[in-house]
Amino acid sequence: MRLHVPGPRVFSVKVVISNTEGASDPEGDVIYNNLVSKSGFRQVRAIRSGKFLRVEVQARDAESAKSLVTRMCDELRIYNPAAHSISVEV
Amino acid sequence: MVRFPGSNCDLDAVTAVRTLKGMSADLVWHEDAIAGYDAVVVPGGFSFGDYLRAGAIAARSPALERIGRLADRGVPILGICNGFQILIEAGLLPGALLRNASLRFVCKWTAVRVENESTSFTRGMKKGQVLHLPIAHNEGRYYSPDEGLHELKTGGRVVFRYCDDGGNPVASSNPTGTLENIAGICNRAGNVVGLMPHPERATEPILSPSGSSDGALIFSSLLRSD
Repeated sequence: MRLHVPGPRVFSVKVVISNTEGASDPEGDVIYNNLVSKSGFRQVRAIRSGKFLRVEVQARDAESAKSLVTRMCDELRIYNPAAHSISVEV
Repeated sequence: MVRFPGSNCDLDAVTAVRTLKGMSADLVWHEDAIAGYDAVVVPGGFSFGDYLRAGAIAARSPALERIGRLADRGVPILGICNGFQILIEAGLLPGALLRNASLRFVCKWTAVRVENESTSFTRGMKKGQVLHLPIAHNEGRYYSPDEGLHELKTGGRVVFRYCDDGGNPVASSNPTGTLENIAGICNRAGNVVGLMPHPERATEPILSPSGSSDGALIFSSLLRSD
């Protein structure tokens, strides 16, 4: 019997970098105050802007892809922890 | 004077330093060795196109590893505008420089008050002295979490604050929404200084609407040993 061991695959990992609450987000505020809040979308309470990176990464599984990208963001200072937070999703 | 792809104030800064008596300067490409210098200036511009975040890519260049080692040995390091952003992103100075609150590139003459007269680049100035220097940037809103700000303030590490002509750091003199009018800071030892205004654009009276040559004081303070 031969076990099927899956080889590396390419995963698309999405990274969003945004300002922490304390650092304020003038761009998100302008989008909200000058566009969205003046439109009919009253259910929208706030908007935060950010920078989006899609990272194609070869990995064994989704979890290792996410962990590698998170480590990359930390080591290469893809975000500045003094003012930004990131979310990493596969 | 360290030059990156996208630096554009490097020649101004070299010229400014060379015109001062007793000083000379060279341009050094960011991948080349930095040896035999008494001080290093990281000039302004748009290194690596400001991609990712202003200063973030230059901060990983070989020059910044070398500058980090020189900083540890007490060599004076000055970061101007994008150079300040680079020093922050390289971790040589704390905090962050975020997009201006107005979301606009701000280009104007400002007054800044000297808050710490004992750094490598403010020696010979008086505490409270007002300098007239121009700014030109999109990401100059200094930010630090509360504990970092507290550390800066208690350690006397805020070096320059935007102020009115009378030396008062009022809200109306804050051009970018920067935290507590901060225009420049230093490291614990005071040998690494970063500031958003451009001293190299204010070293000769003819360059300034007020006839200021205050920028020269920042460079010439290197000649003082007190």
